[in-house]
Amino acid sequence: MSRERLRELAVQSGPELLLVALFAASLAFSAWLSPYFLRVTTLFDMTSQFMELGLMALAMTLVIIMGQIDLSVASILALVGVVFGLLSENGVSLALAIPAALALAAVLGMINGWLAVAFRLPALVVTLGTMALYRGIGQILLGDRSAYGFPAWFVSIDFRYIPGTPVPLPLVIFAAFAVGFFLLLHRTTFGRLVYAVGNNAEACRFSGIAVDRLQVAVFTLSGLMSGMAGLMMTSRFASARWDMASGLELDVITTVVLGGTSIFGGRGTITGTVLALFVIGTLRYGMGLANVLPQNQSVVIGLLLILAILGPETGRAWQARRRRAAVRKGGELQASKAEVSAR
Amino acid sequence: MAHDGRTTEGLRTRGLTKSFGGPPVVRDVDIDLRPAEVHAIVGENGAGKSTLLKLLAGVHQPDAGEVIVDGNAVAVTSPTVARSLGISLIFQEPTLFPDLTVAENIFMGRHPVTARLPMVRWRTMLSRAAALMESIGARIDPARPVGELSVAEQQLVEIATALSHRARFVLMDEPTASLTPREVDRLFAIIRDLKARGASVVFVNHRLEEVFAIADRITVMRDGAKVGTWAAGELSRDEVVKRMVGRELGRSPERPHVQPGEVALEVEDLTAPGRFRGVSLSVRRGEIVAMAGLVGAGRTEVARALFGIDSFERGTVKLNGQAVRFRSPREALRAGLAYLPEDRQHQGLIQALTVAQNMTLTILGELSRGGWLDRRREQELARRQVERLQVKTPSVNSAVQNLSGGNQQKVLVGKFLIARPKVLILDEPTRGVDVGAKAEIHRLIVDLAAQGMAVLVISSDLPEVLALADRVIVMRAGQVAGELSRDEATEESIMRLAVGTGPTAGGRKAL
Ligand SMILES: Nc1ncnc2c1ncn2[C@@H]1O[C@H](COP(=O)(O)OP(=O)(O)OP(=O)(O)O)[C@@H](O)[C@H]1O
Ligand SMILES: [Mg+2]
Repeated sequence: MSRERLRELAVQSGPELLLVALFAASLAFSAWLSPYFLRVTTLFDMTSQFMELGLMALAMTLVIIMGQIDLSVASILALVGVVFGLLSENGVSLALAIPAALALAAVLGMINGWLAVAFRLPALVVTLGTMALYRGIGQILLGDRSAYGFPAWFVSIDFRYIPGTPVPLPLVIFAAFAVGFFLLLHRTTFGRLVYAVGNNAEACRFSGIAVDRLQVAVFTLSGLMSGMAGLMMTSRFASARWDMASGLELDVITTVVLGGTSIFGGRGTITGTVLALFVIGTLRYGMGLANVLPQNQSVVIGLLLILAILGPETGRAWQARRRRAAVRKGGELQASKAEVSAR
Repeated sequence: MAHDGRTTEGLRTRGLTKSFGGPPVVRDVDIDLRPAEVHAIVGENGAGKSTLLKLLAGVHQPDAGEVIVDGNAVAVTSPTVARSLGISLIFQEPTLFPDLTVAENIFMGRHPVTARLPMVRWRTMLSRAAALMESIGARIDPARPVGELSVAEQQLVEIATALSHRARFVLMDEPTASLTPREVDRLFAIIRDLKARGASVVFVNHRLEEVFAIADRITVMRDGAKVGTWAAGELSRDEVVKRMVGRELGRSPERPHVQPGEVALEVEDLTAPGRFRGVSLSVRRGEIVAMAGLVGAGRTEVARALFGIDSFERGTVKLNGQAVRFRSPREALRAGLAYLPEDRQHQGLIQALTVAQNMTLTILGELSRGGWLDRRREQELARRQVERLQVKTPSVNSAVQNLSGGNQQKVLVGKFLIARPKVLILDEPTRGVDVGAKAEIHRLIVDLAAQGMAVLVISSDLPEVLALADRVIVMRAGQVAGELSRDEATEESIMRLAVGTGPTAGGRKAL
C-alpha cells in the first residue's frame, strides 16, 4: 500500500487527472473571459447546451472502443427531429410520436451496422454515406422550413429543473445515461466484448464470439442515443429543421478522443468521455459568452485535442526515463528486496 | 580452445540488467559470443532469454551494464544501431507486415532502387527474395502477402530476412518452435554455414535435442540470471534441465492405456481444392490422435475447415454421429468442438487484455449473471488455471503482452481448457513452452482424454507426438499419407511418410 500504491493509482488515472485539471482550467478561463460565468445558475444552465453532444458521445465511446466510427450521428439526430416534427404537426399524439422517433433512430443505427457487416465495409465509409443520406432525406421530407407547434409540456426542457434546485432536466437525463453506460461498458459481459473486439476481432472470432452481431448492436445503440439527442434538441429549440446539429459529429468524436479513448480501438472509458464533455462544453460556452468567433473557438478546441493526446505519451516517456534512472541509483537493490519479501 | 579470455574479437556483455518496473528480469548477465560459434541459451519460460536478446539488438535499453563489441563498449540504442554493429535478431513472435509481400518484408527499408529515380526495382527484389528463400530451402512464393502464411512459414521469412543482413551476430529466438525436422535440418545447415563464415549464432530453444545437435556452448539462465556457460560436451541433457529448473525433473508421464469410446469426430473425404484433398480421419472419445506432417502439408488447413473458419468443397464431418457443417467458430464451439490456433499473436490471444480476461473469453456467457459480469468468479477461474499451468505472471490481472512467449502459450491452453469442449483440436499446443511446463501440459491433455474428451493434436514436435498419440495420422501435400498405430510410430516411420520416401499406401499423387 502507501506511496507505491498511490503512485500506481496516479499512473493508471493519469489521463483522467489531466482532464480534471483541464476542466478546472477551462472554468477559470471562461470566468476570466466573462464576468457572468461563475454564477451557480449560469454554471448549471450552461450544461443544457451540450447534453445532446454528451448523449451521443456516450454511445460513440463504445463505437470507437470497438474499433469503429459513426459519422452519421448528427444526421440521425436531424432526421429523427424532422420526422418527429412532421408527426407532431400532423396531429399524432406525442405518446406515439416519441417511441416512433426512437424506434426510427434505432433502425437508422442498425442499418449502419448491418451495411458494414453484410458488405464487409469499414464503418467509416458506410457512415460517411449515411451521414449525407439521412440528412438529405430530412431535407426532402421537410424542405427548408422548421417544424414546430409542439405541445407546451414537451418544449423547453432546458427550463425545467428538479424542483427546488438549479439542476436542469437535460443534465439529469444525461447523468442517468452516463451511469447506465458506465455500468454497461465496465460491468457487463457486453462491455467486455466491446473491448475484446476492439483489440483483436480475429481472436474474438476464434473464441466463438458473434463479432458481427455485437457490431450491429453497438451501432443500433449509437443510433438510439442520437435519437434521444434529437428529441432533446427539438424540445430545447421548440422546433426541428433538417440542418439542425450540422457538423456536431466532429465535436462528438473530438469529445471521445479527448477523453482518452484510442481512435484505434480497444482502449477508453466512460469517465474520460464525461470529463472531456465538460471540458469542451465549458470552453465553448465561455468563449460564446465572450463573443469569441466560432473559427477561433475551433482553434482552441483543436489545440486542446492535440495537447490531450500528446500529454499521456510524453508522461509515459518521462516515467520510463525516471524508472531507469532510479534503478541505476541502486533502486535495483530495493527491487530485489521487494521481490524476496513478496515470495 | 583457440578463443579464450584474451581474445577481444566478438561480443561480450558485462553486468547487463533490465527491469520493467518490477524486479529485474535480466540481472547482471555476463555472456560472450565468440566468432564462429553456435551459442545456445536455454532456460524456463520467463527466464529472461528473449529480453536478453532484445537488449543486444537495441529493442530494449539496459538499466545497467554494457555491451562490448570487439573490445569497445557500445551503446545499442536502437535496432538500426544494432544492425550497423552487425547484430541481427530473429524474434520469437514473427514481426512482419501482414499486408506486404514476402519480398517487401525481407527488404523492408532497403528496397533495391533504380539508379536515377528512387523507384523500387520489383523484378530484382523478387528474384533476390526468391534466391534467399531457395537458399534456406523454403518453397514460398516471394510475391505472396505474409498474412497468408502459416506461423512456420513466417518464421522462415524471418530467418531469410536476418540472413540477408549478412550479420556477424545472428540471434535466433526459438527459430524452430514451429518447424518440422526437415526444415530444422535445413536451418542447421544454414547455421553451420554461418559459423563457417565466422559468424556467432545465438540459438534460444526449448527442444534440448536440437540444442545438443548444433550448439558449441550452452548458457543456462534462471530467473533472469546466468547460471553458467558450458561446452556442449560437458553436460548431459538431464544436467542442463537440472540447472534450468534448479531441481530434478521427471520425464513426461508414460501414457496409460485407455479403452477408447465411441467415435466423437469423423471426417470423410474432406476436400478443398488447393489446400487439401480426400482427407478422412476419426477420433474416438478418450483417444488422442496426432496429426504429423511437414510445414505446409495442410494440417492447419484441415483444422480450420473443421472449425468453421474456412469452407470446404465436399466431404462429410460428423460430430458424435451427427452430420455437421460449421459456418463459424461460434457454431463449432456451441456444438462442443474447440480449436486452439497455432498463431497465438493474432488468433489466440488479445494482447492488451489481462490473463483473466483472455482465459474467460470463450465462456463469458457462463460468467454472466443476467448480463452482469461475475468478476469474482472470473478471477477465481483464471487463478485456478494459472496455478494449474504454472503461468509465470505477476497476477491474473497483468496484460498478456507483458508475459514471456511460453507463458502466453500457457494462457492460451488454459483458455481452451476452461471451455471444456467434447472434441478438442490443438495446433502446436506447446510451441515455445519449456520442458517442465510441457510435461505439465501433456499431463493435462492425457487427463482430459482419460475423462472422455476426444483430442486431435497437430504438432511438429515429434517427441511430443510420440509421447501423446494413440494413433498418428501423417499428412503430405494436402493428403493423408498414412496412419500409424502407437506401436508402429517412431520418428523415422513418421518422417518417412511425411517426406514421401519409400513405399507408402497411396497418397503419392500431386495435389
Ligand atoms: N514488456 C514487458 N513488460 C513487463 N514485463 C515483461 C516485458 N517483457 C518481458 N517481461 C517479463 O520479463 C520476464 C522474462 O521474459 P522473457 O520474454 O525474456 O522470457 P523468456 O526467457 O524469453 O521466456 P520464454 O521461454 O517463455 O520465451 C517475464 O517474466 C516477462 O513477464
Ligand atoms: Mg522468449
